[in-house]
Amino acid sequence: MPAGVVTGAPLVAIRGLRVAFDGQPALRGIDLDVAPGEAVGLVGESGCGKSVTWLAALGLLPARAAIAGQVRLGETELLGAPATTLEKVRGGRVAMIFQDPASSLNPVHRIGRQITEALALHRGITGGAARSEARRLLDQVGIPDAGRRLDAYPHELSGGQNQRVMIAIALAGRPELLVADEPTTALDVTIQAQILALLQQLRRETGMALVLISHDLGVVAETCERVCVMYAGRIVEEAPTARLFAAPAHPYTRGLLGALPPMDGPRRRLSAIPGGVPEPWAMPPGCAFAPRCPHRIGPCDGAVPSDAMLATGHRAACIRATVAPLLAEAAE
Amino acid sequence: MLRFLLGRIGRAALTIAMVVTFAFVVLRLSGDPAQIIMGADAPPEAVDAFRTAWGLDQPVWVQYFHYFGAILSGDLGRSMRDGRDALVLVTERIPATLALTLPALLIKIGLGIPAGIYAALHRNSLADRIVMVVAVAGFTVPSFVLGLLLVLVFAVQLGWLPSGGQEGWRHAILPVITLGLGGAAVLARFTRSAMLEVLGQPYIRTASAKGVPWRAVVTRHALPNAAIPTVTIIGFMVGSLIAGAVVVESVFSWPGVGRLLVVAVANRDLAVVQCILLLVATTMVCANLVVDLLYGLLDPRLRSAPRRAGA
Amino acid sequence: MREAAPLLRAEGLVRRYAMRRGAFGRSVEVRAVAGVSLTVERGRTLGLVGESGCGKSTTGRLVLGMEAPDAGSVAFEGKPLPSPGSAAWRAQRARMQMVFQDPLGALDRRLPVGAQIAEPLEIHGIGGKAERAARVEALLGAVGLRADQAMRYPHELSGGQRQRAVLARALATEPALLVCDEPISALDVSIQAQVMNLLVDLQAQFGMGVLFVSHDLRAVRQVSHRVAVMYLGQIVEEGEPDAVLHDPAHPYSRALVSAIPHPGRAGQRMVLQGDPPNPADRPSGCAFHPRCPVASALCAREAPVLKPRPDGRLVACHVAQGEAAPGQGILAKAA
Repeated sequence: MPAGVVTGAPLVAIRGLRVAFDGQPALRGIDLDVAPGEAVGLVGESGCGKSVTWLAALGLLPARAAIAGQVRLGETELLGAPATTLEKVRGGRVAMIFQDPASSLNPVHRIGRQITEALALHRGITGGAARSEARRLLDQVGIPDAGRRLDAYPHELSGGQNQRVMIAIALAGRPELLVADEPTTALDVTIQAQILALLQQLRRETGMALVLISHDLGVVAETCERVCVMYAGRIVEEAPTARLFAAPAHPYTRGLLGALPPMDGPRRRLSAIPGGVPEPWAMPPGCAFAPRCPHRIGPCDGAVPSDAMLATGHRAACIRATVAPLLAEAAE
Repeated sequence: MLRFLLGRIGRAALTIAMVVTFAFVVLRLSGDPAQIIMGADAPPEAVDAFRTAWGLDQPVWVQYFHYFGAILSGDLGRSMRDGRDALVLVTERIPATLALTLPALLIKIGLGIPAGIYAALHRNSLADRIVMVVAVAGFTVPSFVLGLLLVLVFAVQLGWLPSGGQEGWRHAILPVITLGLGGAAVLARFTRSAMLEVLGQPYIRTASAKGVPWRAVVTRHALPNAAIPTVTIIGFMVGSLIAGAVVVESVFSWPGVGRLLVVAVANRDLAVVQCILLLVATTMVCANLVVDLLYGLLDPRLRSAPRRAGA
Repeated sequence: MREAAPLLRAEGLVRRYAMRRGAFGRSVEVRAVAGVSLTVERGRTLGLVGESGCGKSTTGRLVLGMEAPDAGSVAFEGKPLPSPGSAAWRAQRARMQMVFQDPLGALDRRLPVGAQIAEPLEIHGIGGKAERAARVEALLGAVGLRADQAMRYPHELSGGQRQRAVLARALATEPALLVCDEPISALDVSIQAQVMNLLVDLQAQFGMGVLFVSHDLRAVRQVSHRVAVMYLGQIVEEGEPDAVLHDPAHPYSRALVSAIPHPGRAGQRMVLQGDPPNPADRPSGCAFHPRCPVASALCAREAPVLKPRPDGRLVACHVAQGEAAPGQGILAKAA
């Protein structure tokens, strides 16, 4: 069960989401709620399933993916929904942007056309009205000289500008939720700062919810109110952002934080997590993190740990998480 | 743009000149036309007279410059067999060849591209496998084998269609199918891989994530991108409209340019062979030029300058 | 303590490329590196940070002699670099090594990693067969791989293990200088920490000087003794990592530091406007002035030189040097 402090009806409710590719599990049971207007971060290393979760939810995975569980958007069940339902949702109620903005835009279509296509699909605006709305959207995402840029091709824009165009396309359908999958990973730091600031500003302006998928704890920390840490296809810890950084309960979360080089203070050895992520075909029988865990005990290998509720909105899938404060002291 | 065009045309002219030179040299090195045309037991004086009449007694480089000068003034020489203008001889055969290659081109495009697209969209399905097996077969079986097989089945066994000659449209059916199937196979394979490559691109996922229905994702987003590499192959096929039927015309004894070429080579009819090669090279080079220009039309990345540089 | 000649000294390096603009365009000259001077001391690490296209990787290749500079000079252990391809140059390869971003691309897929680690020893004729085998085993141990992993092929190792193998191969000939070009940016966060720790350990053990090229200021602080910030082919600031990070003098360094995403960060971020300019279209004066929030009229006219401030920090900025009063920024001319 998600630990979120969602009081009203959630916008999106994911329950027991499982995905396997050719029999190899990629997601092993995801429970996650997103409330209207909130910003949730999904953090983890490559292959942990953070992107797959949302591609599965929106039906964007290839046919060979075996998907089970529930994904409800309001009253609508998305898993197994007919194509017409999904097409209305995608780019409409839920929009998504991706990591590499340059290759995420169609190279042979002008920017304007790629925006008006979404306007026609979701708002029924075409022709001159669509063009002026596309121009307004480019203005809104901070592209200078928006009128002329409508006729540009993606290769004529920089990476940061292309990501702004992607965001403009996403905004075209007036989404209730924007899923941003590593939106700044391919960009330079100063451009990353621009895009993160833009996402914040748009959230204030439009009131849409944001799911930010990132491998970078820092990026998520600044942008999101709540963070879910994923490891090997499961959410291993979920907490309000401030609490997650102040009192991380799962040893993997602590490992990730310790692996981040500090900005100040004496230079110490980084507490690198030993070993590597288990391969999907060699998943440990118990806790997937146990082989790398400094606090591993016998029962860790017995069964996949269930969520321990630590506080309101704070859960961790670790049998030792209940004694987290003690462990934290021991680790100091 | 003009600079680009002039450069391309200059390069095309150079290519044609090189083909002409190459053909000239090879033909002179591969045997004495006078001896072959006059026959092995012709009296030496007659052979010498023939040489003098056609200028074959002069040094090769003098012949070459004469020949080149003549081409530039539009004279492609005369057939050594019957003294007719080589260009007229060749051009009167072109309609017969086009009667085979044009319908075959339609089969190639009309069959190959849809089959390739279908196979890519239904990857690993039974239909994909069938298309691929047929395509690989069509790709690897030489056209004379396919042609002979068709003759065996439809002319000899079933007796439905004539096995050769040019007495009406029924005679064209088997050679057209022979030509078309092979090309369709090539195009199907090529289209399939171009489509698969494009379907794996992030912008296809973006289009789906925008809510574009799958059919429109394919037609609006995937096809225009997959068309870019496919145009090369089609350009090549257009370029071989005149020269592409040599084998098939021989198999079906179809009196087109290809058969003329085979006969002229066997007879060392220099002017005719050179004239055909020049024509073939010119159509090929022109088709290539059109492909290059089409690229610019299809792919905006080739049209304008990148505003940003990578270091 | 200080030796007469530093391990590596580069003076006024310039590297130009011809870049064609579009299929029909004319070629334009791009200065990827526009006058870089730097020093790497023995056993110390110089971190070179900057964004993509700033010329940091080109600088790395120039100091290794993998590319010849169009102007400027590189001295290694007090002597100029031999010309590329010469016997002396090949012999010197053993003394200076490079580690790239993508370990899979840097390794030969068809050879077990042990054989690849032994290869530089064979090329440079170091040791006999048994000695080489022992050395490979020692190197594997030093980078934290097991001896039996010598028989593995690159695709059988994880990303972190591959980068360890690349480091082992680079260290085989006991180089005095290691140039690492974005060595951790292709790796996951937890693996990045392993490789950074390893690099620090190996430096303590082998005592090589390191030029650490990265876009990641945090990583640079973690492993470097000095840091140089590059913008558009030039070093704009150089100093101790903590000094540059906590009190950046150049406005661009300030923007870079402020852009680092950072849990629990307080205060307003300084967000730079616009994209980094095209090196083919270099702004007049200070290359940073169109994006600089404190640029004044002088900055658009005259390029600042990199020179020490009273506190020893090297900065190329009129404002930071007190030569111009902080302005309000100068809007870039419409392109």
